[in-house]
Amino acid sequence: MEDKELLPHLFRTEYSKITAVLCKLLGFEHLDVAEDIASETFLSASELWGLKGLPENPAAWLYTVAKNKAKNHLKHRAVFQQKVSVQLSQAATSEVPELDLSARNIKDSQLQMMFAVCHPAISLESQIGLALRVLCGFGIEEIADAFLTSKDTINKRLLRAKEKLREENIAIAFPAAAEISNRLEAVLRTLYLLFNEGYFSASHDHSLRKDLCLEAMRLTFLLTEYEATNTPAVNALIALMSFQASRFEARTNASGDTVLYDDQDTSLWDDDLVQQGEHFLNLASKGTVASKYHYEAGIAYWHTIKADTPEKWENILQLYNQLLTVEYSPVAALNRTYALSRANGKEAALQEAKKLSLNDHYQYHLLLGELYAGVDNRAARSSLEKAFALSHSAADKKVIDQKIQQLTETD
Amino acid sequence: MKNFLFLFRSDFSSTAKRSPEEMQNNTKMWMDWIGGIAAQNKLADRGNRLEQTGKVVRPNNVVTDGPFTEIKETLGGYTVVQASSLEEAAELAQGCPILAFGGNVEIREISVL
Repeated sequence: MEDKELLPHLFRTEYSKITAVLCKLLGFEHLDVAEDIASETFLSASELWGLKGLPENPAAWLYTVAKNKAKNHLKHRAVFQQKVSVQLSQAATSEVPELDLSARNIKDSQLQMMFAVCHPAISLESQIGLALRVLCGFGIEEIADAFLTSKDTINKRLLRAKEKLREENIAIAFPAAAEISNRLEAVLRTLYLLFNEGYFSASHDHSLRKDLCLEAMRLTFLLTEYEATNTPAVNALIALMSFQASRFEARTNASGDTVLYDDQDTSLWDDDLVQQGEHFLNLASKGTVASKYHYEAGIAYWHTIKADTPEKWENILQLYNQLLTVEYSPVAALNRTYALSRANGKEAALQEAKKLSLNDHYQYHLLLGELYAGVDNRAARSSLEKAFALSHSAADKKVIDQKIQQLTETD
Repeated sequence: MKNFLFLFRSDFSSTAKRSPEEMQNNTKMWMDWIGGIAAQNKLADRGNRLEQTGKVVRPNNVVTDGPFTEIKETLGGYTVVQASSLEEAAELAQGCPILAFGGNVEIREISVL
């Protein structure tokens, strides 16, 4: 790795670990301090490494510096507690706790942070934002880009979330055994949305989107390393992410435009990730309860099959039927109707499509455009025009415009 | 939105003779129909199939096998849907595979206590 790439790389991999460990030591109410110390550590690195060259073991250097900075902070705090607030409290102590930077403690701290950040006391949006900041080491600007909003909005959102966690006195600890399954559900939902933010985001920064997906996978993977959190649903979620991510490179062309599933160059699909997905899907099937991630992973699995057989679409249709009985979402309803058209024909799908009350969704009209094409091209065209008018992102508009052009050519 | 119970009744004595292919096709038809209701966000509870064997308890310690001594038509399962009216619920019951096999769907509004 080039010297100038090393520090940003280490920032991405080590910043969140340092923050998690410090935060665990100092308590959630001092998340800001933990972040400050981690930031200062990297600031020192950028100054010193530029002048003196790289240390022998850069990651170890960062840990040592962070450790010293944390010790100083604790010493100051101890002095403050001893000298200044001694009249207020007799419990003040001058002892400076040792900062444990073992691999085990780093992992534990990150996992416990994950549960703290995904606390139901704060909104889902904030959970994802905080996860990106403190668990993945993303910058405020990157988070703003991912959410297509301003730095200001993100700053305010994170500040409010941190205050809330402080007020509620959320501990950085594993939830009690009885509570784990409930809390794990929230963690999985956040990781799922984090991945989707990267996979389906309208943001055009390809590398940022890929990073979001990889971070979501890394954190989900972390959950498999602990017995209590290595559940079938967790394995199903990794399987889902692996299958989806296998098509990452095929989903955009050289100019950054979206390439739809049917038009993708299948040689760009990543076989290793498909195999990884199959491995985790096998592990996921060991339980007795199927989560929505199981059904979604099953659907994603069938999408990795290149041959376009009736069996493929029939299986996808049945999995969507199952998924919808577990949890309704407009996107699943639309996808199910598309699968129905591939399995049972366009006429059957059109009948079902007309029953969906999703007139405000551009994807609904996009689906109608697809179903009417070749059946009633005039209706197809007017549906696509509605989709164009309702869509927001330039990328979506471009895809819809291409479909309108294709329709005109075949007429 | 109100909840409506769908009760599926049919002459289930004929179902035992079906081949595995027929049974698989039957399952697909049911899942496509249920999936269609779920895709409209009108499925409240997918419900369950009911076993054909059972017992009926009557006064004076009289216990008989099966609820179906006189009638051929038996209850095979149930589902709960959401609809704004009985008419809309009846609309949702259209296309239920049981209708193609000589059975029927009884629809009852669930009145919450």
